[in-house]
Amino acid sequence: MKTLVYTSFLGIACLVAEVLNLRKFILPLCVLGLAVIFGLNVPDLIQLQSKSLAPASFYNGMVVVDGFSVAFSALLIVFAILLLLLSGDFYRKEEDKISDYMSITIFTLCGALALVSFGNMAMFFLGIEVLSISLYVLAGSNKRSVRSNEAGMKYFLMGSFASGLLLFGIALVYGETASFDLNGIAEYIANVQGPLSPMLYVGIALILVALLFKVSAVPFHFWAPDVYEGSPTLTTAMMATLAKVAAFAAFYRLFATCFIPSFPAFAWTLTAVAAATITLGNLTALVQDSFKRMMAFSGVSHAGYLLIGIMCLYGHTDAAIFYYSLAYGVASLSAFAIAILVAKATGSEKFEAFNGLGKKSPLLAGALTLSMLSLAGIPPFAGFFGKYYIFSEAFRTGHLGITVVAVVNSIIGVYFYFKVILAMYTQDADDKPVQSNLAYSLVIGIAVVISLIAGLFPSWFIGLLG
Amino acid sequence: MHLSVFNTVPIQYYLLISTVLFCIGVFGVLFRRNAIIMFMSIELMLNAVNLLLVAFSTFHNDANGQVFVFFIMAVAAAEVAVGLAILVTIFRNVHSVDIDELKQLKH
Repeated sequence: MKTLVYTSFLGIACLVAEVLNLRKFILPLCVLGLAVIFGLNVPDLIQLQSKSLAPASFYNGMVVVDGFSVAFSALLIVFAILLLLLSGDFYRKEEDKISDYMSITIFTLCGALALVSFGNMAMFFLGIEVLSISLYVLAGSNKRSVRSNEAGMKYFLMGSFASGLLLFGIALVYGETASFDLNGIAEYIANVQGPLSPMLYVGIALILVALLFKVSAVPFHFWAPDVYEGSPTLTTAMMATLAKVAAFAAFYRLFATCFIPSFPAFAWTLTAVAAATITLGNLTALVQDSFKRMMAFSGVSHAGYLLIGIMCLYGHTDAAIFYYSLAYGVASLSAFAIAILVAKATGSEKFEAFNGLGKKSPLLAGALTLSMLSLAGIPPFAGFFGKYYIFSEAFRTGHLGITVVAVVNSIIGVYFYFKVILAMYTQDADDKPVQSNLAYSLVIGIAVVISLIAGLFPSWFIGLLG
Repeated sequence: MHLSVFNTVPIQYYLLISTVLFCIGVFGVLFRRNAIIMFMSIELMLNAVNLLLVAFSTFHNDANGQVFVFFIMAVAAAEVAVGLAILVTIFRNVHSVDIDELKQLKH
């Protein structure tokens, strides 16, 4: 609870700092503030590791602090800190607007934090909207670029359409259960004699469709590549990490808390959606020539892997989802950070821009190789264990078919991640040096180190929730 | 008795009219190409939800539903403000509010 409140205050403090003419201090203030908020979370994390964290609810059950919310909050705050560190240089040309960018990033984090700790449909809705509205602004923030405008508009239309579906679903569920409280709904559903009413099923189905929209699962993924490509790269990184992880956490929390009894009705649909998401995401990523678009489609396929975790949620897959989100998030963040540096030096986001990076700056190339290997799921990197835990959960809960599809697909996936690696090491270099600066080196370093630690000691991270 | 109107019109009718309104909104978003009309359709979807929530709220004799409507109204206002701002920047760049004009990103 305090995490959410302090983060909101930090966002406001950031706007006030601009008014007080403290523009130079905004970035350090935000990073430091978030680091302090993360520090406040550490005791809870330690308690969580020793299994002594007692769940607590605040504001009449609006916000629930339990193991799940503490673990995901810590992860999301780390993502936000890394994104903020990247934005200092990324928005250098628009320094007069830095407070807007920073505060919107922090408000995005607020939405994400609400999404991992809601105990009521109202909080869930507010979380999703705060997250989405901030991202609409950021997606369209490059005002003079028609591509950014288009990305903002597409994201806005798809997002608010999905919100409409979500709300209609919530209204129908409310009509049936007379409650917005997750525990109230769960209690009602558990006490129903005989089959659940069609209205409740339609409501849950609408909520499900809206969430599939938000996590860009096939067939509701069509907006993702365009929006990812058109948005400023840093915003793309935010959508791919912060927003996606928060949406999945909310997905898990909502369905695991109150809709498990209705889950068998959606089992086939979810299996089909997950299989289609992984396969289509992978196959389309194969034929892309732009790095950003490839990352968008690979993000779609990663959403599919995470959906497998959602599919088996009655087997308590939260630890696997958490670990996968962590592995995917840090690898994507370092990949996007390097892509920003490369795009800055060469002015291109195609694969050719990475040609010869291995000779030009071996360290960056090494970090990108590591991220790509982690995303592809090659042992001993975190991505491998993420996939391993998800697949073993699917296996354990008896979803053999989808496990086979997922394993085959992760082999296909290796191909397009290696396209980047091959470009870096086998192609000739051009004469445009790619230079990193302190903040970027720091972010890439932190992301790589987290990725390695998570790969070497997976049981610690799994132990947080498992 | 303030509930009398509600008692003469059964809840199913409210459900029906909300669903019809909601579907009009959905089809508006899917088939119209003028961004302003799409915004209006999204508002229609949200207002259908508001109507439904108020009806259910009275039906269950529970004020939560009506409070939720205020949340939706506030969020919808914030959302459409951002949407219109994006639309203004688009209009400055392409001089049109037809979203089919936006074809910079390949499909």
